Amino acid sequence: PNKVQHKHTEHLCLLFFVFQEKQYVGFATLPNQVHRKSVKKGFDFTLMVAGESGMGKSTLVNSLFLTDLYKDRKLLNAEERINQTVEIIKHTVDIEEKGVKLKLTIVDTPGFGDAVNNNECWKPITDYIDQQFEQYFRDESGLNRKNIQDNRVHCCLYFIPPFGHGLRPVDVEFMKALHEKVNIIPLIAKADCLTPNEIKKLKDRIREEIDKFGIKVYQFPECDSDEDEEFKQLDKELKECTPFAVIGSNTVVEARGQRVRGRLYPWGIVEVENQSHCDFVKLRNMLIRSHMHDLKDVTCDVHYENYRAQCIQEMTRYVRNESDNRMESPIPILPLSTPDVDTEKLIKMKDEELKRMQEMLNKMQQQMHDKEQ
Amino acid sequence: STAFVQWVGEKTPISDTSYVGIDAILEQMRRKAMKQGFEFNVMVVGQSGLGKSTLMNTLFKSKVSRKSVQPNVEERIPKTVEIKSVSHDVEEKGVRMKLTVIDTPGFGDQINNENCWQPIMKFINDQYESYLQEEININRKKRIPDSRVHCCIYFIPPTGHCLRPLDVEFMRHLSKVVNIVPVIAKADTLTLEERDSFKKTIREELRANGIDVYPQKEFDEDAEDRMINDKIREMTPFAVVGSDQEYQVNGKRILGRKTKWGTIEVENIAHCEFAYLRDLLIRTHMQNIKDITCSIHYETYRVRRLNESNILFTSNPPDHPAVQPKANGQPEEQPATPQPNGVAAQHEALSHEM
Repeated sequence: PNKVQHKHTEHLCLLFFVFQEKQYVGFATLPNQVHRKSVKKGFDFTLMVAGESGMGKSTLVNSLFLTDLYKDRKLLNAEERINQTVEIIKHTVDIEEKGVKLKLTIVDTPGFGDAVNNNECWKPITDYIDQQFEQYFRDESGLNRKNIQDNRVHCCLYFIPPFGHGLRPVDVEFMKALHEKVNIIPLIAKADCLTPNEIKKLKDRIREEIDKFGIKVYQFPECDSDEDEEFKQLDKELKECTPFAVIGSNTVVEARGQRVRGRLYPWGIVEVENQSHCDFVKLRNMLIRSHMHDLKDVTCDVHYENYRAQCIQEMTRYVRNESDNRMESPIPILPLSTPDVDTEKLIKMKDEELKRMQEMLNKMQQQMHDKEQ
Repeated sequence: STAFVQWVGEKTPISDTSYVGIDAILEQMRRKAMKQGFEFNVMVVGQSGLGKSTLMNTLFKSKVSRKSVQPNVEERIPKTVEIKSVSHDVEEKGVRMKLTVIDTPGFGDQINNENCWQPIMKFINDQYESYLQEEININRKKRIPDSRVHCCIYFIPPTGHCLRPLDVEFMRHLSKVVNIVPVIAKADTLTLEERDSFKKTIREELRANGIDVYPQKEFDEDAEDRMINDKIREMTPFAVVGSDQEYQVNGKRILGRKTKWGTIEVENIAHCEFAYLRDLLIRTHMQNIKDITCSIHYETYRVRRLNESNILFTSNPPDHPAVQPKANGQPEEQPATPQPNGVAAQHEALSHEM
């Protein structure tokens, strides 16, 4: 109803109402015009979760998006897991709130880090990310770009176990394999097994190690100088709080007279959305409410562009090697994609038209020839 | 006392106050757009003396036209059509925009105006070309500067009769590559009846010549769009009057033209349709105009270029499509065309359409 009203008002504006304000030109409505279009189109977001089994990844995703994506999941036992390789599983869910539609894709990576020998267990994951980039590159370079689907991974939540003393070798290797392909947000999983002091020590340790190993995790963009003080303060707190220590829950408990998502222990109740209990709210606010757009931008402008530049350079090198007679020219476009069904049909139609015309002309020529004889 | 409830399997949120917050992405987008600012490139085409500069100044309520920027240059009609761009950074309610007005002095002013639309077509295609070159670059800019012509306002002289051959020629060629918004210039020489009948004639002639002006029917996105755009299509071309002079009318300061028989108020819809043009171009459809340019006109150009050059993208400009160097540097031979015009013409039509 809101959307129709808005359009109706603009319609009236055009036909009956003339804005008499003197110096007002009216292009200040541009953001609204863009806004209307986006609401119509809807948004999409692809979130990857990675970490060993049992880190609470599924529960956290459900808590973040208030969904239940893993209803019919069957958990494997140890024996079944021996031969399991890392899989990539996608779940898609459409969420609508206040008229805004989001197509959310969760990319799950079951099997990661679960084997006895986890050498290069991140390879299926890096391959998957690269495949999405490659597909986008083909689509973007193709002829029909009308309905390109963006399946690129916009963010990867990496779950670090709370039991250790910082990053383990597999954590370091995983993040280094991915940090130039996707926005990594490291999380301390199942943080309810740590006291506040332990959390602080662990966070400091992890931050140190991230620096030491040169891991490039997702950086929050700098605050604008003209933002208000409250915003700047919140932004500062957010940055100092990483990596976020999170807890998730699929269950509702009653705490302090309210029904909340939480975990019931004999010694007390952990509330997921209580900021003094864990950083869940900070993560949710950052991931969804304030930085979702930036995560997508960095994926497009940095990670994808890096992939594309590398890809083009490799192709250029390949062609140059193939034949030395070729003219030196960059190959910015390779229309590798097979034309889609509609374009194929069109091409076929035109071909047939040409054939028919050719036949007609041949007939005519023949007739003229016959007449002359 | 504590209660323990398991509701794994439910999709509804726990309470009314808990929500995910995905609508906040709109605010994120808006912040970014405000920071980045917008671009808008509008071209004006029409014989000299039709009030193009004045109209631009009136639309944007400031001196944005070429003449205003170089006021001391002697007005002379150039020997060929020239393309002159002037850019301004404007701001309103925190929204920043880089407005570029592209003037085309010399159009339609010569004795022989054959092909005077060609330099304009070339300019428009050149902008598409430079955007394409940047887009296919290996290290391309995050935000490609957009110099593509989003909208071309075509000024029809207020003869009251019908379109002139030059008008039809121009719009027929250019409507395929750019959004054309035709306007009846200096409309204060037409009575309301003359205006309505002139408009009707123009609309019929456009239809008869297969000329699609903005908003093009085939690009209406949904029923809502169609409803709004149908109303606009029933009104085109807008009959406009421009002015940068202010007068006092009924205690208000208004923009207008003062004559002995009355004052024409530019923004009064009972007097002329300037306000409708302004609303269309700026307040309601500016983003849509840009979108059509990007997703349709530019894409059409791009597809043609891709087809022309197959896989290797050489840097030959589209002016010389007949000589496409082969990979080893030798010009490609033209295919022998012993057949009468039929097939060859079909080929040509195809490559333009695609």
